[in-house]
Amino acid sequence: MTVATDSSTRTHYSIQTRDLNLWYGKFQALKNVTVDIRPRLITSLIGPSGCGKTTLLRCFNRINERYGNVTTTGEVTILGRNVYDEDISLSELRKSVGMVFQRPNPLPISIYKNVLFGIRTHTRRGAFPRHQRDEMVESALRDVQLWDEVKDRLRRRATHLTLEQQQKLCIARLLPLKPRVILMDEPCSALDAEGTERVEALIGDLKRQYTIVIVTHNMAQARRVSDECIFMLLGEIIEHDDTVQLFLNPHKEQTEMYIEGRYG
Amino acid sequence: MSSEIRPVSRPGIQWVYRMIERLIELTIMLCGWSSILFVFAIFYFVFREAAPMLFGDLNLVEFFTSPNWRPASEIQPQYGVLALLVGSLSVTALAMVLAVPFGLGAAIYVSEFCGGKLKEVLKVVIELLSAIPSVVWGFVGYMVLGPLIMQLSGAPVGVNVLNGGIILALMSVPIIVSVGEDALKAVPDSYREAALSLGASRWEIVCRVLFPAAKNGLLAAVLLGVGRAIGETMAVLMATGHAVQIPHSLFDPIRTLTATIAAELGETVEGDDHYRVLFVIGVVLFAVTFVVNLIADLVVKGIRSEKA
Repeated sequence: MTVATDSSTRTHYSIQTRDLNLWYGKFQALKNVTVDIRPRLITSLIGPSGCGKTTLLRCFNRINERYGNVTTTGEVTILGRNVYDEDISLSELRKSVGMVFQRPNPLPISIYKNVLFGIRTHTRRGAFPRHQRDEMVESALRDVQLWDEVKDRLRRRATHLTLEQQQKLCIARLLPLKPRVILMDEPCSALDAEGTERVEALIGDLKRQYTIVIVTHNMAQARRVSDECIFMLLGEIIEHDDTVQLFLNPHKEQTEMYIEGRYG
Repeated sequence: MSSEIRPVSRPGIQWVYRMIERLIELTIMLCGWSSILFVFAIFYFVFREAAPMLFGDLNLVEFFTSPNWRPASEIQPQYGVLALLVGSLSVTALAMVLAVPFGLGAAIYVSEFCGGKLKEVLKVVIELLSAIPSVVWGFVGYMVLGPLIMQLSGAPVGVNVLNGGIILALMSVPIIVSVGEDALKAVPDSYREAALSLGASRWEIVCRVLFPAAKNGLLAAVLLGVGRAIGETMAVLMATGHAVQIPHSLFDPIRTLTATIAAELGETVEGDDHYRVLFVIGVVLFAVTFVVNLIADLVVKGIRSEKA
């Protein structure tokens, strides 16, 4: 690994895990995962199906735990706090760590309300006057290049949008919460080639302000969008390196075999 | 050898097969149409018995506005169903006031808050509740709830609006729970996950995501509950006291439209005015339940077209 792990640079990382283990029932999905993810970069998680990349991603906002039989040990430090501490507020954690899902999942309410859904769970009713809410919606939708397409139908149900628009909306609704980290679980897998290109461009823009971790099945995508790349296999981190380095000059045999397409 | 498509050796057999196919199709079609046929047949019969009175001697204004129900009077029979109508509506309204929050609450609990074994047990028990015969509910109202109400409230009679309302609520809850739970279960899990990942609590998810997403299904659940309550006969006959009057409090005994038909039809002479008026009441009930069910149906259809 080229990424330094000594403690003096701890604060330079936005996500750090230490000996993270996770079991679904008796099945161990993550094994001693220790990894450091740097801010304002795009880090991609790659590996064959079932290697634990989505599980690792879902540890970062602890959304894994909604299925009762999950056991986790180890530490995940995000913005200087261990998110597995007793006193952590899940609601606050998810405010700073946003997530975009594989299948666009806008809520079955209006576009306008979708954008403000997050902020409304975190502030009391009427905390923002009307014009301020309108501004928040506009700026979030502008940031994802959706404003011009939907500005005349903000009150329409978000589920009527195209998949690409839906996925952009799913990114937009994170922005009013001012998250520090955005987790993306195969965000383009439901989109066509052009949609993928535009959403990838958008992800590239967002990295200036946010730490982005993206899970992808698509190695070409990992190469195109990410700055650093983590290769996982059977619940373990095999290699973590600069994306260009990892693809041109992998250090581990498994990585080489995977990126050459010999398995996975 | 066996895989090649062989030419038909005996055309006669082919014909028999085709006929059997036709016969099966016809039988199935008949099964499908029979339900429509039966509904129309029932409606036709009820309407035929009611028609001479409905279009003849009955003063419809008086019928709907007079509280005087004296069908057996020798001097001047009076056919005003206002008291019965108010009786039916009041007991149904009370039942819904009790059953809707309870039923929807239970549906939300079963669908969203409890898991595994407990969920299965609750669902089975709720189904069981809907399998209790209505005469048993009536018995419970008459023998258990009635005395209890008298004891607790000091009312002179225990069989009244309150009693009937509670019994009807208990009878409607299973329908509301099972239809409501289906509606909530139909909400895609991705919505819950989306809301959760934005920091919403479980309760916020219920209020801000599930209610808007499942509102049609939940409304249909409530309407089906209303239909159940308004059409119920035996239990309300036994639990409401059977007194024709417009109730002024929860502790007044009343009588419903359905109970009137059940109790009086046996005492009438076939074809006389009293007999026909009871059928007019049947038409009114038919119309009410038809409208309620139609609305429920349209609402459910609304969900489907929205999803498409």
